[in-house]
Amino acid sequence: MQNLIKNNELITDTWEILEKSSGPDALAASSTNSIMVPLNLWKLYRNEAEAYSGNIAIWLDSDEFISEIKSEIDEFSVIALNFPVFSDGRSYTTARELRQTLNYEGEIRAIGDVLRDQIFYMSRCGFDSFLLRPDQDAQACIDAFRDFQESYQSTSVNQNPLFRRR
Amino acid sequence: MYQYDKYDEQMLDDRIAQFRDQTKRYIAGKLSDAEFLPLRLQNGLYIQRLAPMLRVAIPYGMLSSQQLRKLSFIANHFDKGYGHFTTRQNIQFNWPALEDIPDILESLAEVQMHAIQTSGNCIRNTTTDQFAGAAQHEIEDSRPYCEIIRQWSSFHPEFAYLPRKFKIAVCGTEIDQAATQVHDIGIYIVKGSDGEVGFRILAGGGLGRTPIIGKVIFEYIEKKHLLTALEAILRVYNQLGRRDNKYKARIKILIKETGLEKFKALVDQEWDKLKDGALTLTDKEIKRCSSYFIAPPYLAKENNPTQLTKPLQQNALFNSWYSQNVTNHKKIGYSIVTIALKETGVAPGDVTDRQLDYLADLADEFSFGEARVTHHQNIVLADVEQEQLYNLWNKLNKKSMASMNLNLLTDIICCPGGDFCALANAKSIPIAESIQRRFNTEEILKEIGEVRINISGCMNACGHHHVANIGILGVDKKGQEFFQISLGGSSKNNASLGKILGPAFSRREIPTVMEKIFDVYLDNRVDSEEFIDTYNRLGIEPFKNSVYAKSN
Repeated sequence: MQNLIKNNELITDTWEILEKSSGPDALAASSTNSIMVPLNLWKLYRNEAEAYSGNIAIWLDSDEFISEIKSEIDEFSVIALNFPVFSDGRSYTTARELRQTLNYEGEIRAIGDVLRDQIFYMSRCGFDSFLLRPDQDAQACIDAFRDFQESYQSTSVNQNPLFRRR
Repeated sequence: MYQYDKYDEQMLDDRIAQFRDQTKRYIAGKLSDAEFLPLRLQNGLYIQRLAPMLRVAIPYGMLSSQQLRKLSFIANHFDKGYGHFTTRQNIQFNWPALEDIPDILESLAEVQMHAIQTSGNCIRNTTTDQFAGAAQHEIEDSRPYCEIIRQWSSFHPEFAYLPRKFKIAVCGTEIDQAATQVHDIGIYIVKGSDGEVGFRILAGGGLGRTPIIGKVIFEYIEKKHLLTALEAILRVYNQLGRRDNKYKARIKILIKETGLEKFKALVDQEWDKLKDGALTLTDKEIKRCSSYFIAPPYLAKENNPTQLTKPLQQNALFNSWYSQNVTNHKKIGYSIVTIALKETGVAPGDVTDRQLDYLADLADEFSFGEARVTHHQNIVLADVEQEQLYNLWNKLNKKSMASMNLNLLTDIICCPGGDFCALANAKSIPIAESIQRRFNTEEILKEIGEVRINISGCMNACGHHHVANIGILGVDKKGQEFFQISLGGSSKNNASLGKILGPAFSRREIPTVMEKIFDVYLDNRVDSEEFIDTYNRLGIEPFKNSVYAKSN
């Protein structure tokens, strides 16, 4: 089981993530009652996904655009954004778009190559849960939220950049 | 100069603590090379051919005497007694030990300096014209806006893992010395149709493998929209810039492949979401940042005092230096002095710890305790009383720092090249030296006049060879170093890219090739034409014919 950090705490993850290439039969085959489906499955097999008896969340890869489902985001209590490799920075923009442009209030989860040294910036872009790569030390990752006490730009807790607060 | 407040200081301290911990984990084997790589790069640290290299930011080129002394201390204490000014207003130290880096950063922080985002795929040090605030013809001082951009781009959480590096330059002077049009974003301070001062924003300029002049994205925006406009451009780039091929990852390729009009539409779409939001600049913030760049306490002085005119008549050496290295100032009785760090036999931009200390003393004595570094790898004292110029020259002369070759043939821009850099195909410093040795008299330099020669040791073009009147590029042919010549580039207001002259030459041939090129110029120039004017009139053919003529 991978470690999940949410609200600065280590908690047990209950979501099963379906692979990017999954089809509708993966929904039926699942043994859990909380499933995270890839964007493509949601787009192509909407009826099957909505017929699923358990909880449904969605995840986007870094080359996919949240604008494709912008009218549907409030149907999800969790939207996960993938980091195929930690140095791929596209999901930071997607997270800010979700939080600041689309005013999404649910959980934004970082999945994939999620490492201690990127968590602070992720949290500032609006991510609020982090599914850690298995080798990551959970306590060190929780400490990452305190890397910086102040920021020049707007933060997820304060929309005003520093120059409006100085 | 900008002074850090408690917020700036706190963030810098937090950053050093963060990097100290990262370095410790790397040395302990808890961070892989690949994971440490972007972290160290965003703190200015390269692993080079011979040793680590630390690149320290000099935001928009401004240095206080106190900072110069600190750089001298670092050169002396942690390095081999010298540093290297780069073509982007940074200074590099080539010999620090990895485990010393956090201590060096702490030492820099004591004088409000840092190495943040001087490398890596993030927004780099913002550069500007070295005469900002002192130039005779200037729309507005660019430095407050550079500082505003510095703060916005520092630790920007969304743009720390861009497809590739991202460089911004700002220019408020009439004559562009900042190579603004060959930056990922180039910003000109301009007057709008209503007479209000705002910005024209270009994007997609750059050198490297695919040299391109930037395209106008915003013809004119009001000052308050500066950061939202920048954020909109960066956001489009972060999402759509190519990540499959590092050679096609710069914003210039994105704009080229997307098409300018479509790219502009995408930026507009993002800008609509951001415009007039929280990131809109306030008058208070513009005033706050501007308050750090007010004019120093100038004295009421006359132009051309006898303390200047007399030695100009009596001392030919001083006269030569004056005519080449001294520029008119906006304030009567003052001048801008450029000290050329281009002594023959020394790598262009190299400066010793003693020279740094001496420059600090000169800045204190002659220029309100401030100096600037230029993208041409020279040093500027921007506010010198004309009465003191002869005195200053004497002091420079005593320390062999009165090179009068500014903007002349031997004022060469040169990257560190194969002597230091792991990326280089060829050495560049010895090429600079061989040219400086061939053209070694003041008469010949004066005769040829102003000309820009830039040398890069590889396609990455750190020496800006594309925008030189004469560009020299090191290439590798089956393990052998060769040098390709291009002619006709310029980084000024009418920026242009040089054209390749023909097949490359060996290192040994270069000085003679230069002689042939200058012979064509001297034989054909009309009146007081500079090299670039003659080239633009004649085209490349006569140069080609002469250089590649079969000897009989």
